[in-house]
Amino acid sequence: MTTTKYDPRVLKAPHPVPGAPDNWKRFFTFNTDAKVIGIQYMGLSLFFLLVGGLLAMVMRGELITPPSDLVDPTVYNGLYTMHGTVMLFLFLFPILNGFNNLLIPTMIGAPDMAFPKVNAAAFWLVPVFAVVLLSSFFVPGGPASAGWWSYPPVSIQNPLGHFLNGEFLWILAVALSGISSIMGAINFVTTIIRMRAPGMGFFRMPVFVWTAWAAQTLQLVGLPALTGGAIMLLFDLSFGTSFFRPEGGGDPVLYQHFFWFYSHPAVYVMVLPVFGIFSELITVYSRKPLFGYKFVAIASFIITFLGLIVWVHHMFYSGTPQWMRNIFIVTTMLIAVPTGVKVFAWLGTLWGGKIRLTTPMLFVLGGVVNFILGGITGIMLGTAPVDIHVGNTYFVVAHFHYVIFNTIGFGIFAGIYHWFPKFTGRMYYEGLGKIHFVLTFIGATLNWLPMHWAGLYGMPRRVASYDPEFAIWNVIASIGAFMLGVASIPFILNIVSSWARGAKASANPWNAIGLEWLLPSPPPAENFEDDVPTVISEPYGYGLGKPLVKDEEYYIRRSMEA
Amino acid sequence: MTSTTPKGKSGWPIRLIAVILLATASDALLSYQVSQWAYGWLPVPASTAAPYVDDLFSLEVGIGAFIFFGCTGFILWSVLFNRAEKYDESDGLPIEGNNTLEVTWTVIPFIIVMILAYQAIHVSETLSALGPKVKYDVEGGLSPDTAVVTGVRADIGPIDVIARQWSWEFIYPNGVHSSELHLPLDQRANFRMSSEDVIHGFFVPAFRLKQDIVPGSVISYSITPTREGRYRLRDSQFSGAYFSQNQTDVVVESEDVFNAWLKQSAANPLVPGLSPGTALYNERLAKGNKGWATVPPAPPPMVNDPGNPDAPHDA
Ligand code: HEM
Ligand SMILES: [Cu+2]
Repeated sequence: MTTTKYDPRVLKAPHPVPGAPDNWKRFFTFNTDAKVIGIQYMGLSLFFLLVGGLLAMVMRGELITPPSDLVDPTVYNGLYTMHGTVMLFLFLFPILNGFNNLLIPTMIGAPDMAFPKVNAAAFWLVPVFAVVLLSSFFVPGGPASAGWWSYPPVSIQNPLGHFLNGEFLWILAVALSGISSIMGAINFVTTIIRMRAPGMGFFRMPVFVWTAWAAQTLQLVGLPALTGGAIMLLFDLSFGTSFFRPEGGGDPVLYQHFFWFYSHPAVYVMVLPVFGIFSELITVYSRKPLFGYKFVAIASFIITFLGLIVWVHHMFYSGTPQWMRNIFIVTTMLIAVPTGVKVFAWLGTLWGGKIRLTTPMLFVLGGVVNFILGGITGIMLGTAPVDIHVGNTYFVVAHFHYVIFNTIGFGIFAGIYHWFPKFTGRMYYEGLGKIHFVLTFIGATLNWLPMHWAGLYGMPRRVASYDPEFAIWNVIASIGAFMLGVASIPFILNIVSSWARGAKASANPWNAIGLEWLLPSPPPAENFEDDVPTVISEPYGYGLGKPLVKDEEYYIRRSMEA
Repeated sequence: MTSTTPKGKSGWPIRLIAVILLATASDALLSYQVSQWAYGWLPVPASTAAPYVDDLFSLEVGIGAFIFFGCTGFILWSVLFNRAEKYDESDGLPIEGNNTLEVTWTVIPFIIVMILAYQAIHVSETLSALGPKVKYDVEGGLSPDTAVVTGVRADIGPIDVIARQWSWEFIYPNGVHSSELHLPLDQRANFRMSSEDVIHGFFVPAFRLKQDIVPGSVISYSITPTREGRYRLRDSQFSGAYFSQNQTDVVVESEDVFNAWLKQSAANPLVPGLSPGTALYNERLAKGNKGWATVPPAPPPMVNDPGNPDAPHDA
């Protein structure tokens, strides 16, 4: 039986640092409360979304005309490298850890993470490596400019010969980010396994918790490979070893294996929690149980497993032998199956629902539609002959932005709006939210849809200039990018003004089912403290008339009176 | 409000089945149309490999479009007809799952992707039969020519392809050096590709081929051009500062014209070849070396034919 026993010792996790301030200042302290840490992650990563976005604007400004005229090509290379790195390591991973911190304990009824101090330390590593990474703009040779994947030998060329250079700082930042992620992963996995409310067996956990668990398991398995590769790269760069240096007999392609063994699964580390967010929100805003809940939950782990054995699809044209390509074509195709199971389950949930098009739901539906497209182009990329034509072109850029922004980004916005009332205690402005959605959807489509054709037609990625026949697609893309920049204005306005003076949120403004909605808004420091409810049914009981927990009325009353 | 409830036990829901059939049929028609358009999204096919790649791509676009239109159509339809009325706070139908349906939508995609995988492997094998793509065994002392398998009506080569930061150089068996790649129509061209510094990508969109040139190994690659014209060759693997400038042309011409070119070029003196990065770098130095540090471009290769980068290209 999967039901865990209520263990009062585990639930008595250490309290937040005594004497921590109870106002906005607590977000600037070494606070061990997961909810504070969650908001710290969120705020910091949204800031870096803006930084990464500004870098992207300059890039799109450069690409609005064919020649390289706005910035020097070396500057362009630095910009795109830093854009990719900032977006992945300072926006996406941290913001998802923000969700993990806010949602995992509240959704499973734990008072906090299993290791609150480790949790806070993991967070504070983020600003540290942010400084390391961004300070590279000021070292003599400029920031790293070998792309976010940093393939040698380009990445170990060191034209100035300085020991302290952009690439060095880049590797250091990536390693620190890895350490932070491992600390996070151990914490999240332990918390999920050990600290669930009484009665919450694995098959009573919300899907978000399942997906976070599957994703964090991937971190534990995959990150050591990346870190190993990064350390070897650092030695090649700074100490003249030849792991990857061809003149010394090293193999540059070996680095690609280390890199992709982690970085392919990394895309699932990012997308799985978003699948979780989609699953949570589609049920609430369709007022239906999640169709095929168990299938969806288990599919997360199937994705985790398959995600670990497909990495060579990034190397189809790196001199990979035929037999190896064939194997990885098959595994890559397989991963579409559990992913498809999830998509169909969401469609099945919409079927006959009572759909409410709130801002979060708009972002979810937009995200699902975009994901279908991004998944389809992913399958195309998985078939080697087509990949050999479109690989390393703008088609790939289109594919992964459809997934990484138009799906993951949309899911993040959806989640922010949906749980905003819960964790700030205030309602956001629906009108501003809808403007944000419309601008984002149109901007994202203009930005990335045309890139498919540019790539099919042969425009390589990472170029600072291009042949004039690609101009039309690039002009549209740049307009879309600027529109996305504009879209951030209603978003920022909304968050700031709602948090300051929005209407007070009730405990359960969406009339949703889940432990977090049985807590007051915002939840108190230790969530349910010692009074943890006993879970008695599966999640998402919309229309089933079954209470989620024992004495549900009592908890509802208590949350409303707080 | 339209009721979307599937009719329960009382026999077959005829209307629902009719609607589904109609929707599926129009989805299929539309997707077929899109799969035909897909051929037009690619540059002109100019090699024996191109038709195979194009057919596979068209097939994938067709299947993809069917799934995309089907799913988004369903979402749009739900959003239009399954909306809650304002102030309606009640719940939808509490359907938690349906094992038959779930197994079906696991098995059908599984079959589809396995068909695609089969087809992809099949095309992949065909492409390598059209032109071998292997690493030459440099250390084992095997002659590069042993990797060349015959089978088409004529072979030329091996032509050495040398990639540098940031220029291309082609050396023909008769000793001609060129900045542009000239190839005779309908003959299999065999290449011996190598890089002198970092990884470069040999990418001719019109040929649908791309191969990373990894420093430290020599790679055999073959292709048979099937259409006369002038096509772009681009560096597809990020190779540093002037990477985006690292392009040249492939000129496919009839056997006679090609032989004439080869003979003529052999008589030409060696001149500095095409190297757009060098020009840009010199411009930069003239301006006081602004921008972030960069590796200086390799000197332009000395060639018999420096090429004509400004000639209009077909793709
Ligand atoms: C689920 C979320 C996904 C995310 C976040 C994602 C993200 C990415 C990213 C970031 C890249 C570019 C890497 C780079 O070259 O810099 C990429 C490439 C690729 N993706 Fe995805 N992807 C996803 C889904 C899929 C799926 C479902 C498939 C196949 C079934 C797929 C197949 C590929 C392939 C084959 C490439 C390599 C293309 C190339 O470089 O030639 N992806 N993806
Ligand atoms: Cu991948």
